[in-house]
Amino acid sequence: MNLIGLLSPELILLATGLLVLILDMAFHGKEGRREWLPFVAIAGLIVFLIAASFLWGTHTSLLSDMMAVDSFALFFKVVAGLSTLLVILASWDYFQGKTPYEGEFYGLLVLAALAITLAAASTDLIMVYLSMEFLSIGSYILVGYLREDPKSNEGAIKYFLYGAVASGIMLYGMSLVYGVTGTTNLAQIAQVFAAGKLTGDMLWLMLPALIMLLAGFGFKIALVPFHQWSPDAYEGAPTPVTAFLSVGPKAAGFAILMRVFLAAFPAFQLDWAAVLAAISMITMTLGNVVALKQTNIKRMLAYSSIAHAGYILIGFASVALDSPSLFNGVNGVLLYLLGYLFSNVGVFVAVIAFENATGSNQIPDYAGLIKRSPWLAGTLFVLLLSLTGIPATAGFLGKFFVFAAAINVQFYVLALVGIVNAAIAAFYYLNVARYMFFVPSQEESHVAIAPALAVALGIATFATLLIGLYPQPFIEFANQSVRLLGVF
Amino acid sequence: MSLPQILFLVVGVITLGAAVAVVTSRNVLHSAFLLALTFFGVAVLYVLLDTPYLAAAQVLVYIGAISVLIIFAIMLSRKVAAPDLVQRNSQWLLSLIVAVLLFGVLAYLTLQTAWPAAKQALGVDAIGGLGEAFVGTYALPFEVVSVVLLVALVGAIIIARER
Repeated sequence: MNLIGLLSPELILLATGLLVLILDMAFHGKEGRREWLPFVAIAGLIVFLIAASFLWGTHTSLLSDMMAVDSFALFFKVVAGLSTLLVILASWDYFQGKTPYEGEFYGLLVLAALAITLAAASTDLIMVYLSMEFLSIGSYILVGYLREDPKSNEGAIKYFLYGAVASGIMLYGMSLVYGVTGTTNLAQIAQVFAAGKLTGDMLWLMLPALIMLLAGFGFKIALVPFHQWSPDAYEGAPTPVTAFLSVGPKAAGFAILMRVFLAAFPAFQLDWAAVLAAISMITMTLGNVVALKQTNIKRMLAYSSIAHAGYILIGFASVALDSPSLFNGVNGVLLYLLGYLFSNVGVFVAVIAFENATGSNQIPDYAGLIKRSPWLAGTLFVLLLSLTGIPATAGFLGKFFVFAAAINVQFYVLALVGIVNAAIAAFYYLNVARYMFFVPSQEESHVAIAPALAVALGIATFATLLIGLYPQPFIEFANQSVRLLGVF
Repeated sequence: MSLPQILFLVVGVITLGAAVAVVTSRNVLHSAFLLALTFFGVAVLYVLLDTPYLAAAQVLVYIGAISVLIIFAIMLSRKVAAPDLVQRNSQWLLSLIVAVLLFGVLAYLTLQTAWPAAKQALGVDAIGGLGEAFVGTYALPFEVVSVVLLVALVGAIIIARER
């Protein structure tokens, strides 16, 4: 396949993003036509997913080894495409009257999806840095999109300041890596270490370098202790953006973390696996314990998404790609991300639907939702069960695979902490369900859901149940996607 | 110690001093001018490190454009220009300690290591090589940067445009 063919998914996303921005200008003053912009974005994303599917099984590197076309990158193209698609559906009615720049929102969102696909495919530290910066700048803007809302501003400025420091530290780590190895290419970095010509103090230098890299990646994933920005940014951001942040950049962060560590630093796996296991335990415990106390559902979901990052990290801390076991760690991460994508975006769609109808994000206001909108309450319940990790939902499959990976490499403590945390998480997820089903409400009025939101909610709930009940093809997909270029 | 090394140290101290003054000065306009001095110091360091092209780019972009832009922005916003800005909060001592410790660790690491990459020779035709790298090896990052700048531009308009 030629270069254009191999780059076609990225080019389609770029063209779609620019087209939406240009059409938004061309339709200035014609509000009726502007309503077509989300359709343009959705059509572009569907074409993107189709183009990506043609690259299934292709394994090659592009443009002087700057990026890879492999199954691993393809998996994250699918994640980026699907999450952006659902978020566009979810933001259909949200921005009406809140900002005059609704068209640009869809354009920026599609370009953020481009940043995620580039991030997952990067095989050079320069591209890693650039794609993360691309994604970060897009995210800062999206968080601060509601200019008149002080909370949106606060979230954006905290996110920005934190992000600037984190990417500076990451860049310093990259410069240490370059100083020792003399290359920025991931595969060549691994070769330098494999050749064994480096002396002790230079190898020792890699530990601080890895921790600095981790600061940058961990910031995107919102791992403890790089998470402080996330509750404020999640609460202040427009809710569709929160849905996007909790899935898109997180997936991109995991993609980069896994590719950089597996492709460039396999020689240091003992070091980074230990650090990641410790961070994983702290992350899920802190996320869950703090989430217990939240009364704002967006804040609760912010902390719960920190906890989920901790569970996902279990899979990567216990990575064993050459193990004969089915649970090699990376496939657990991918399965978890796929299930989490649908469940978490789905929950946020329900939150948006409720917010559009009532203007509230407080958990006690969900009281009696079963009577006010049985469908909303029912789907939200299924999605919350999936986030808890109840069998027959997508969330269970992901948790099962990451815990099994930990047991496979005999990280019993890590698996145990994960299981205890899953039990703690059940309290606050089911607390929402308790309000919806058992607490009577003063309010009796029906909660109306816009058609686009209903579609998004339907897709998310259906996919969550499908992955949970018929997991075979998804497990197969994840197993195939573990194939990283030059690693496996 | 040779003359370039002495020069490097002197310029380095001036640059660092200016940088510290940027974040401690109570007058934000002074900070802006000191920032320009910091940028200029970095440009001189580039010259001393045999990278004249980077030095020229530093002067053109950072001093010629960014510093001037910052000074314009300050002059346009009257409230910020008031000369009694407090640049510290209650945690300044803690962050100072952390920063000094971090600096100590990094300085130790840097001095301890015999950097292999530092021995790679610079090309004879550095500027030509840079140009070729942008359209050759680094074509993809170069193109991605243009998209990043576009996103930043759109974002700046959304956030700052007069309603």
